[in-house]
Amino acid sequence: MINMKELVIETRNLSKRFGDFIAVDNISFEVNKGEIFGFLGANGAGKTTAMRMLCGLSIPSSGDAMIAGFDVYKETESIKKNIGYMSQKFSLYENLTVEENIQFFGGIYGLSNSDIKEKGRALIQKLGLESESRKLVGSLPLGWKQKLSFSVAVIHEPKIVFLDEPTGGVDPLTRRQFWDLIYEAADRGVTIFVTTHYMDEAEYCNRICIMVDGKIGAMGAPDFLKKKFRASSMDEVFYELARGAQRKDA
Amino acid sequence: MKFFTNWHAVHKEKMHNMKRLISFVKKEFHHVLRDPKTLMILFGLPIVQIMIFGFALTNEVKNSKIVVLDQSKDASALQLLNKIEASRYFEIEKSVTSRDEMEEAFKEGKIKMAIVIPDQFQHDLLHDNKATIQIISDATDPNTANMLNTYVNSIINDFQSSLMQGTNIPYRIIPEIKMLYNPQLKGVHNFVPGVMALVLMLVCVMMTAIAIVREKETGTMEILLVSPFQPLMVIVAKTIPYLILSLVNVTMILALSVLVLDLPINGSLGLLFAVSTLFIITCLSLGMFISVKTQTQQAAMLISLVGMLLPTLLFSGFMFPIENMPLPLQIVSNIVPAKWYYIMIKSIMIKGLGFMYIWKPILILSGITLFFIVVSIKNFKIRLA
Repeated sequence: MINMKELVIETRNLSKRFGDFIAVDNISFEVNKGEIFGFLGANGAGKTTAMRMLCGLSIPSSGDAMIAGFDVYKETESIKKNIGYMSQKFSLYENLTVEENIQFFGGIYGLSNSDIKEKGRALIQKLGLESESRKLVGSLPLGWKQKLSFSVAVIHEPKIVFLDEPTGGVDPLTRRQFWDLIYEAADRGVTIFVTTHYMDEAEYCNRICIMVDGKIGAMGAPDFLKKKFRASSMDEVFYELARGAQRKDA
Repeated sequence: MKFFTNWHAVHKEKMHNMKRLISFVKKEFHHVLRDPKTLMILFGLPIVQIMIFGFALTNEVKNSKIVVLDQSKDASALQLLNKIEASRYFEIEKSVTSRDEMEEAFKEGKIKMAIVIPDQFQHDLLHDNKATIQIISDATDPNTANMLNTYVNSIINDFQSSLMQGTNIPYRIIPEIKMLYNPQLKGVHNFVPGVMALVLMLVCVMMTAIAIVREKETGTMEILLVSPFQPLMVIVAKTIPYLILSLVNVTMILALSVLVLDLPINGSLGLLFAVSTLFIITCLSLGMFISVKTQTQQAAMLISLVGMLLPTLLFSGFMFPIENMPLPLQIVSNIVPAKWYYIMIKSIMIKGLGFMYIWKPILILSGITLFFIVVSIKNFKIRLA
């Protein structure tokens, strides 16, 4: 519990402008070690742009951010060694086998051969993919692919893993299993930063941040937000905030 | 001590990078070797092209069918016709007895040429020292007609000089014609270097461009960019397998040319491979450039085909002689890498020339390569920002 106070993500007035368009507008927040932090928002609210800045994929226009203790402007190489990433699009190689994907990603994350072998075996066992390990990933069902994709993204035990809408297009049961993997990783001390637009998933997070038009519309634990907006579910909280966005547009 | 630990850390990091590169190249080979379509383009295409250009699309004329209208039926005429028949260029389809019959044969399109030997041929030849024969060609294809005329003329000249043996005629000029480097005027000498340039261009430019853009499309590029793997290394690692496979390709094309098409390699094999490696790197840098600029596989393919293949065909000098083009096009041809490669390959393979004769094209190709590598890296960094 002492660990909970250790900050792994800190942003202050972080902004990203593309010409006149302000994709991310002055956001400031902190994420603790081992926390599951949900990033919610309608399409175009700036979720992905914000995440890309935190991963070192995109340089902020202004503001500060420290990821795992490293500066996003100057120390992107060090950041990259401490994070895992799973993108919206499915992010393994379809024409490599399960084993080859594990070997490849283990390799580029810099794991030793013995580590790759050991962790790979454990991973395959945990996902119950023993009989599929020599099959091409392209032949697996989507749910399994995503679970595998997540497991590969944390194979090098990163401090933080960024998940960009990881469960798009899978059924609720598989989504639930996927979240079991997330909880397990969080228990090991991995900080989870996840964007989603499924409101049931928002409930699974320790804390969530709802983005509206590039700004932070609301932030806090799901129960706290429900109380604050006098809503019975996260859905209602979200619609309340989204309506605000429409009014502003008009 | 601090220096030592620092050195140690740097060394360790280097080892890590090397390991990453190896994993990457391994993976890239898996991609290529598992995709039948890629394999077909990679290895099927060169074989088919060499075969087509080597056998089917030659501009040599062999066994052209002709008819003969021999009105003299004497010994000299027979001698001449035997000579013509014996050459591998002509095959006497039949002897006709009238001009109508001859014209009919032309109309049917069966024959390329007709030879009319007049009455009294031997008499004219031996007594008047002057005889005429008529050669009629189907000139719908002017090149073929011209070539056949040349062939038949040389046979007739040959026949003439054999008649004159023993007699001394003053003031005769006998041109001694020597065809340098390619005495039999074989088409393959021209085509093989051309096909090599074409195939390497196609394989290296298109395949690398597509391979890199595919990662953008599938979303794996993002993962790679977020990983500790250096962005630039992603591109380098992607090109290495194509460099190796292209060298395999060069070897294959050369082996086919020597073994199947009887093409000699007159110059140094080492220089040939060195020059090919340079050209492959040029093509890879072009592919890199295209991949940095495009977002979809289709766009990458289209640009590679239109932007690379067409100029290669038009401006390398392999299909159309550059000297015959208008000046502006001649200038344009200078920026087509395949032109320089084609020149070098011809110099080395056919003429057997050494480094001293091709340092200029080498320098130009190196310049083009450097330019594209620098521009790609610059653009790649901008995209990351």
